[in-house]
Amino acid sequence: GKNEYDLLIIGGGSGGLACAKEAAKFGRKVAVLDYVEPSPQGTKWGLGGTCVNVGCIPKKLMHQAALLGSAIKDAQHYGWNITQPVHHTWSVMAQAVQNYVKSLNWGHRVQLQDKKVKYFNMKGSFSDPHTIRGLTKAGKETIVTAENIVIATGGRPKYPMHIAGALEYGITSDDLFWLKESPGKTPLVYYPFILYLYEIIVYISLTGSSPDVSLECAGFLTGIGLETTVMMRSIPLRGFDQVSTQMASLVTEHMESYGTKFLKRCFPTKVEKLESNRLQVTWKNTDLRTEVTDSFDTVMWAVGRAPDTETLNLETVGVKTNSETGKIIVDASEATSVPHIYAVGDITEGRPELTPTAIAAGKLLAQRLFGQSSELMDYDNIPTTVFTPLEYGCVGLSEEAAVQCYGSDNIEVYHAYYKPLEFTVAERDAAQCYMKMVCLRERDQRILGLHFIGPNAGEVIQGFALGIKCGATYPQLMKTIGIHPTCAEEITKLHITKDSGLDATVTGC
Amino acid sequence: QEAAKYGKKVMVLDFVTPTPLGNSWGLGGTCVNVGCIPKKLMHQAALLGQALQDSRKFGWQFTEEVKHNWMTMAESVQNYIGSLNWGYRVALREKNVTYENAYGEFVGPHTIKATNKRGVEKLYTAERFLIATGERPRYLGIPGDKEYCISSDDLFSLPYCPGKTLVVGASYVALECAGFLAGLGLDVTVMVRSILLRGFDQDIANKIGEYMEEHGINFIRQFVPIKVEQIEKGTPGRLRVTAKSTKGNQIIEGEYNTVLLAIGRDACTRKIGLDKVGVKINEKTGKIPVNDEEQTNVPYIYAVGDILQDKLELTPLAIQAGRLLVQRLYAGATSKCDYVNVPTTVFTPLEYGACGYSEETAVEKFGEKNIEVYHSHFWPLEWTVPSRDNNKCYAKIICNIQDNERVIGFHVLGPNAGEVTQGFAAAMKCGLTKEQLDSTIGIHPVCAEV
Repeated sequence: GKNEYDLLIIGGGSGGLACAKEAAKFGRKVAVLDYVEPSPQGTKWGLGGTCVNVGCIPKKLMHQAALLGSAIKDAQHYGWNITQPVHHTWSVMAQAVQNYVKSLNWGHRVQLQDKKVKYFNMKGSFSDPHTIRGLTKAGKETIVTAENIVIATGGRPKYPMHIAGALEYGITSDDLFWLKESPGKTPLVYYPFILYLYEIIVYISLTGSSPDVSLECAGFLTGIGLETTVMMRSIPLRGFDQVSTQMASLVTEHMESYGTKFLKRCFPTKVEKLESNRLQVTWKNTDLRTEVTDSFDTVMWAVGRAPDTETLNLETVGVKTNSETGKIIVDASEATSVPHIYAVGDITEGRPELTPTAIAAGKLLAQRLFGQSSELMDYDNIPTTVFTPLEYGCVGLSEEAAVQCYGSDNIEVYHAYYKPLEFTVAERDAAQCYMKMVCLRERDQRILGLHFIGPNAGEVIQGFALGIKCGATYPQLMKTIGIHPTCAEEITKLHITKDSGLDATVTGC
Repeated sequence: QEAAKYGKKVMVLDFVTPTPLGNSWGLGGTCVNVGCIPKKLMHQAALLGQALQDSRKFGWQFTEEVKHNWMTMAESVQNYIGSLNWGYRVALREKNVTYENAYGEFVGPHTIKATNKRGVEKLYTAERFLIATGERPRYLGIPGDKEYCISSDDLFSLPYCPGKTLVVGASYVALECAGFLAGLGLDVTVMVRSILLRGFDQDIANKIGEYMEEHGINFIRQFVPIKVEQIEKGTPGRLRVTAKSTKGNQIIEGEYNTVLLAIGRDACTRKIGLDKVGVKINEKTGKIPVNDEEQTNVPYIYAVGDILQDKLELTPLAIQAGRLLVQRLYAGATSKCDYVNVPTTVFTPLEYGACGYSEETAVEKFGEKNIEVYHSHFWPLEWTVPSRDNNKCYAKIICNIQDNERVIGFHVLGPNAGEVTQGFAAAMKCGLTKEQLDSTIGIHPVCAEV
């Protein structure tokens, strides 16, 4: 028989919703299934996916809360009289953030309604290539058929299952943003808080977003006054296509001077609960070959994210996944191994796990399916930012990747240490405020990558990402006049090369 | 500094004629002493005031009443400026550039007379000269203006809190100053003769004005002061301002602690002996016309910076022009300063970054049907929790339909506008088109992704 819907999307996150809304514009019959399986700790949330509920949005708001803590300190240097003590109350922040997120959930529901997209709050799985079985929380079943199906179920945080007590006592980013009470019990007294990282993969990269999440979380938790420790099994930090080891070090150096404790080359072996309700963590220090025990209020795992494909029943319809990562394999047009079944977002293999990427891919897919477009998603030169206390924004290749791709003789790296004007009066340390531009030596010195550490890194990098999309060259950037006084203008003034060995500190106005 | 790199014998004459109220400053020019630098720092102080309010919504707690101490801020700012003055002197010394704190004027071909603070005169000759004397604030020419009013030349080092302030003017200087003074908790009124931010995109200028008004700054429109009298001496004192309507005979009076004039700047070209060497200036504006190599009508005399006719008055532009000029003169380079698509930012409470054409000038130049304007209001994520305005931030781009929808104008109104605009300016330099803009992925969540 005829399929009920033109397009059915499983997953109401960034990718799924963008695809649905775009398809609806073409007058198509579209349905979205969204369902949040509660976390092991019981946390769940509404429509919108990871970004809205347990990702970018609450993360940036809490990051902002931490930045405001610094602003309060700065303000005193600028003449504002604030009497001590200054303290932070988690529940006020959490409630404000959670309320905002809920308004977004609501907004998405209204939008779907307005665009006549049918929304099912059900968990979907495949019965056959055009049929989805939807299950409500109460166990009620609905069968839905569609001509085209898009899988956009995203991912969920992993647990280190080999560590005793990890599942029972630890939380993840899924839970952190929804805690009603501080991860430390009383706001006025410092409570320790531990984060464990299995491997340091610092930045949003092709394979995982949780290391950024963990450093970002550690960053804002420190910023709001909680005693935070980050434990990591291995250093040095691995470099991916976008990640630069040097930049990663600068970011963590700053965090260390900011107050976050780092336990390097350590890994936990078990977590137990004490009578006081605190948690006791035992870990091994691989350098000193010792075993240490200490107690904390909260243990948060950030060991990577796993694609949410287990309950989809992909084997029944033959959608191929990557055997190592579990992610769905797609081609350049987001098509899976089964005709009429597509996938977008974090669930897809080989794509950056980023909201704007998922949104763009979802939109373009809808345009290709229903709007006679043939435009494919361009995954090159996607800019990103890590919202650590000192932010890191980048676009294009890391230095390491450029060297690997073109050879170190064919690369020129311009760099500079600078001091944001606002730090001067505030007497803040700008030791890690740094930028570098990786260029080809030949072909007019095309810019391959741009990396910036400093305040408002996202705002700074965005426009330059456009330039790189236009094939920007070093001379073109040098011809661009700077806006004064900003941090971004320093990019247009980069002229010291790494090769020269000269002091790269910016001086003067 | 650039010329010294090429082994040339270079001298710099710098002299600051004190303001009518007796204010002066060190080496570095307007930007460092009475422009961009202190302005941005005081703007930052005001932003931090707002941040304090926001922070409560994000869970921070501290005393209800928070007051600002002008002296603490002014002192910190002046200390920082002092370090810059010092830095410049050291830099010149290290590069073997001779520096004289003296007032220079031409007395004959290739000859300059330098008069220092104590009146001692010296003569210097040179193969080439570069005039970069910049500008100073204009006064109204009404009774009491020089005696009782201050200008931006005085504001940043004022040794007392200005109190209730009347800002006269609608330039970016006027609006930026009014903005941060209000942000620090002062009672501020802006008196505007006609429009805001002449020369800038008027659609955006009006939004900026609206925002300022909604946030407590009073505007008196279509009036000009005709008299300023002193009611009471003091630091600050009390002044009475009488103003007349531009549209009739209505007269109003107001009382303020401080009157800040920000009605424009005049080029410092009238008293430096340009007539003695035949350098032509625009008689009306005092500005110096130059060719595209910054050369005046006298071949061995060049000019850069704010005194140039028909060029934007911006620090980075002056720096770039100066450097490239010297590279052409002494290093065989050929690059000329690119005056097209120079980005700027106005640091009003709601910041405004722009690059390229305003909507009006684009329509004028290309015709309304040949341009397409894309625009959007946005709500910065950081403003959601503290419930700040959700429809004030705004972005628009202007595209030339006939040229592949090339982006010819970029405008953004919102926090960190300068940081946002810089990269877009670079992209415009690379010939950015709407299509390329659309296909570039946004960073999330930031304002710039809009």
